[in-house]
Amino acid sequence: MGPALRLVVQRIALGLLLLFLVSILIFWGTLILPGDVAQAILGQSATPEALANLRDELGVNDPPLTRYFEWLGGVLSGDLGTALTNGKDIAESIGSRLENTLFLAFWAAVIAVPLAILLGLLAVRYRDRWPDKLISGVTLSTISIPEFLIGYVLMYFVGVKLGWAPTVSMIHDGMNLGQKLHSIALPVAVLTLVVLAHMMRMTRAAILNVMQSPYIETADLKGLTKFNIIWKHAFPNSISPVVNVVMLNLAYLVVGVVVVEVVFTYPGMGQYLVDHVSKRDLPVVQACGLIFAAVYITLNMIADVVSILSNPKLRHPK
Amino acid sequence: MIKNMPLSAMIGLFFVCLYFAMAIFAPWLAPYGMAEVVGDVWEPSSAAHWLGTDNIGRDLLTRMIYGGQTTIYIATAATILSFTMGSVLGFLAAVLGGWADQLLSRSVDLVMSIPSLILALVILSVMPVTVPILIVVMGVLDSTRVFRLARAVAVDINAMEFVEAATLRGEGRGWVIFREILPNALSPLVAEMGLRFIFAVLFISTLSFLGLGVQPPLADWGGIVKENKDGIVYGIGAALYPAVAIATLAISVNLVADWILNRTTSLKGGRG
Repeated sequence: MGPALRLVVQRIALGLLLLFLVSILIFWGTLILPGDVAQAILGQSATPEALANLRDELGVNDPPLTRYFEWLGGVLSGDLGTALTNGKDIAESIGSRLENTLFLAFWAAVIAVPLAILLGLLAVRYRDRWPDKLISGVTLSTISIPEFLIGYVLMYFVGVKLGWAPTVSMIHDGMNLGQKLHSIALPVAVLTLVVLAHMMRMTRAAILNVMQSPYIETADLKGLTKFNIIWKHAFPNSISPVVNVVMLNLAYLVVGVVVVEVVFTYPGMGQYLVDHVSKRDLPVVQACGLIFAAVYITLNMIADVVSILSNPKLRHPK
Repeated sequence: MIKNMPLSAMIGLFFVCLYFAMAIFAPWLAPYGMAEVVGDVWEPSSAAHWLGTDNIGRDLLTRMIYGGQTTIYIATAATILSFTMGSVLGFLAAVLGGWADQLLSRSVDLVMSIPSLILALVILSVMPVTVPILIVVMGVLDSTRVFRLARAVAVDINAMEFVEAATLRGEGRGWVIFREILPNALSPLVAEMGLRFIFAVLFISTLSFLGLGVQPPLADWGGIVKENKDGIVYGIGAALYPAVAIATLAISVNLVADWILNRTTSLKGGRG
């Protein structure tokens, strides 16, 4: 485990360092940018007293370093401050929303990952024949349309014309799992389509790469069926790149969720963030930005760790 | 060059030219004024209004044409900015090496560790949302990806004998970058440019849809979706036209970029 363990520890340390730097970037980035934050929040017609009060409340007059460490200390102990617009505790507002967002992303992942791998295997099995071309064509067009438009296309045809699923994804504690799943059917479908395309293409490419190895030819000459070769010989050897792609796409789900939540008015983190960006509620934006960035960095870190661990050269040093 | 063009690239090029022509000649092509109210709310398509009217009775075809103009203008400007910045800094990092390379590369790693949409939202929460600021924010965020590609390509070229020959005969860094590296790095960069342009179109549409991009009454494709989205639940598909426009533009640019990439080099740039 020597070199692999060292690499893993290094990668985790790098992830933590990155997280720290990102917190600085998010905190100071919103301060050093040109433009008076207080003015931006209150608008041009604000009185000088109101501006001074707000500046005081924002702590603009304190030295930046003190403010940053106060903020960071708060974040680390779970205190995200209070929202400027309604004076509510941010951590409290985020709690249930974060849960909802993870619920949505979780089900999208549960459907998208096995489906992408299955379609990737199918595309390799029928390479350059019509199933491969059909899968490639459909996935290419889903890459070319932004998430929110896929959302409205599905909402229009599946939600309104066919009436199979609700067009507004309301969700609350009183619902059982089946009702919740029915409610989020459309957003899950959109997220699945968005990440499916990339995952499926990369799975296909990774397996095709392995298919050129000599042992595949041997398996072929032994008379194994095409699907057996792919499933038993090619797929296990392409697990590492596939896992990597899956994790990267799960990280991408974090971003996709923001837009999809707005489309289906789903009560999650994304909608909370977007709402407060337009209200210029800085503490909320900083908190949400940091949480999204943290999830993204963590998933990327896991992707790297998994690909280090799945490399046999590193696991069994000579 | 044109003679051996595959059919797919030809179709792609045709649509790309069509869209750019539409953007440039928008005021002459559009049947009505950009923000002119000419009919009822959400009229179906008719001879007078080919695509019908929008949520406050403006001609939808006119809005789509002007919307294309705004979207394509912002995306083009952001792409040019990200390319100039990204490739100049990328080449510089490759040629200088040492601490300058480390500093630039690690800063780019830092910015890329946050999803661009999240970072853009954080920035736009403190900046006034105007077209020039949108272009700068998108261009700078996107230049990180160009930087990575330009640096990778330039590091390869920098190790070639002809660069060494140029350095030995006493040429300066400017010559090496613009006369030795740039011409050889051009084709992978041009192909990448297509992908970055599409990314910019999707990005500005997303921002406008969220209400943080182009502000009304100016039309743009993302904004048209936002304005007409309430019609969807009544079975009015006005908000879906931008989907068709963005998808055809994206697929066409992809087809052209694929052709350029296949034609010239085996280097592939990152997507997304």
